[in-house]
Amino acid sequence: MSSLWTQHLPVLPVLLPAFTAMALLLIGDHGGDSHGGHGHRRLLWARRLAMASVLLGALLSATLVLQAAGGDITVYRVGDWPAPYGIALVVDRLGALMLLLTSLVAVPVLWYASGGWDAHGRHFHALFQFQLMGLNGAFVTGDLFNLFVFFEVLLIASYVLMLHGQGRTRLRVGLHYVVLNLAASALFLIGVALLYAKTGTLNFADLALRVPLVTGPDALLVQAAGLILLVVFGFKAALAPLSMWLPATYAASTAPVAALFAIMTKVGVYAILRVHGVIFGTGAGESALVAEPLLLPLALTTSVLGVLGALAARTLERLVAWLTVALVGTVLVAIGLYTPAAWSAALYYMVNSTLVVAGLFLLAELVAAQRGDAADRLQPASPVAQPALLGLMMLLAAASAAGLPPLPGFIGKLMLLEAATPHAWQAAVWTTVLGVGFLTLVGLARAGSILFWHVSDEAPGAASGASAQLLSATLMLLAASVAVSAFAAPLQRYTQAAAEQLLDRAAYARAVLGEQAASQGTTRPYRFETPSRQEARP
Amino acid sequence: MISMEFLVATGIGFVVACGIYLLLRGRSFTVVLGLSLLGYAVNVFIFAMGRLWSAAPPILQGREPVADPLPQALVLTAIVIGFATTGFVIELALRSRHDNGSDHVDGHDEAETGKDGGRA
Repeated sequence: MSSLWTQHLPVLPVLLPAFTAMALLLIGDHGGDSHGGHGHRRLLWARRLAMASVLLGALLSATLVLQAAGGDITVYRVGDWPAPYGIALVVDRLGALMLLLTSLVAVPVLWYASGGWDAHGRHFHALFQFQLMGLNGAFVTGDLFNLFVFFEVLLIASYVLMLHGQGRTRLRVGLHYVVLNLAASALFLIGVALLYAKTGTLNFADLALRVPLVTGPDALLVQAAGLILLVVFGFKAALAPLSMWLPATYAASTAPVAALFAIMTKVGVYAILRVHGVIFGTGAGESALVAEPLLLPLALTTSVLGVLGALAARTLERLVAWLTVALVGTVLVAIGLYTPAAWSAALYYMVNSTLVVAGLFLLAELVAAQRGDAADRLQPASPVAQPALLGLMMLLAAASAAGLPPLPGFIGKLMLLEAATPHAWQAAVWTTVLGVGFLTLVGLARAGSILFWHVSDEAPGAASGASAQLLSATLMLLAASVAVSAFAAPLQRYTQAAAEQLLDRAAYARAVLGEQAASQGTTRPYRFETPSRQEARP
Repeated sequence: MISMEFLVATGIGFVVACGIYLLLRGRSFTVVLGLSLLGYAVNVFIFAMGRLWSAAPPILQGREPVADPLPQALVLTAIVIGFATTGFVIELALRSRHDNGSDHVDGHDEAETGKDGGRA
């Protein structure tokens, strides 16, 4: 039993939300009748089932993190086909960390959504589970085409979630979001196909072995494929100049959906790390570091653009959405430095910034709900019903997002600055990271002082404060981000080990392809110039 | 003599060009058409990345030439996903047309971008 459990553990984070979603579809929808009656009971059961599943998922990902922390790379061969032929799911330290981060965001967000938002549209819980399935799948898969499939799963769930609650603006922005993502998906397929044409494989481990072997004019095509993929992943990660869609989309979404979407940009970051950090990494022969000249300048631009957007924002939700761009820019700066220390900083900062941004999205809605007609517009209005509590939460989130000591944002930025010291771009990185941190603080302080201090003498915009459930969900996210600071040492050791594991391409290949890695054939039936086999062209 | 590769490559290029042109139009209907064309071009592209073969089955039978089966499997997956997403985007465009009273992608007839209030 226990061997069966450990054997199938890597696939469970994908299967669990998939089956939960199907069960939720079978339970059915509340049918618009959410207040009393039969529909209400269905919604209650859907909430319980979804919550139980998400908690179980958190347990699974925690188990996987503990398993991966020792340094083992767990490989699950779907259908037991050997690796380059079949699809392999691979859980290494990075994958496990991303799974845990997804769960850490999903649990409070689902708890928050169960406080009422899930009744504003149809099939919220089933779609939420499908989104988790896509996210988890993208983080465990070891195959580029499979990554595309899981991208599509998480995207199609996100299309519907984004439209959750409906309304004209949401529909209009939703159409943009869907069309842009479909165009990006087409580019993804072009990149994947081009890479396959020149290497004959789509398995990450196999690609890492074969890309270095491609030389001459063929290497140019492989590099082109790599850069096309950078456009796709850069679009998902909101890398400038492809970040313009994000603020409108996130600000138009309902709060829990926007909070869940905080993890979506990280899928892009994760894919950049896997593909451009490892496959096109330092050991990739002629195609080595194909993204490096672009990634760092673009990431710095993203950071600056994001914080300028945050300063110019006229609503709190838009401010938080632009802040997402700024924070993801900082993470990408660290990835663009291409050293294990910088990647460790990137992973640490990514965990913190995702939790903070998700918390801020929920907080923005709590504040908006208590300000009457002014909602979350940054203008003087009636005071909120719980100024002290919400104000303190805002302060905590702002300090963490801006990176004030002793909050985790500070530790992450310190790691990043240290890692950037020997780099040629040190001055640019230091100026940008510190400047962006300062401007983030300015933006959030301005928002906070308008929201909480520039208030009229009228009675509060809402008679009562937020319900305990909504508050506790938001506090959970903020507390998790503080916990990242409290457990900084073990987490940093883990991220450092994860970054070093990423750079050890040989160990990854051995784990996935077996001991005789590199001597395997491809799926190609015809004679193909694989330099490793030195065959003559027919 | 024009080779099969040249013909397929220019064909894909032409369809992509048409797709991008339609994608950049202002009406959601043409945008959907553009996305579909782009999808078709990408599908043929994936297929062509397994090299072009004639009279070669994708199944190993004896010693006769076989075509690469993997791009064919990939393209089937891509077709299914493309079909589903096209269906979704058409439904979404219809809803947007219904709710906003116009099928312009920005929700109004004269595209005055950047003036939206930000939220619903």
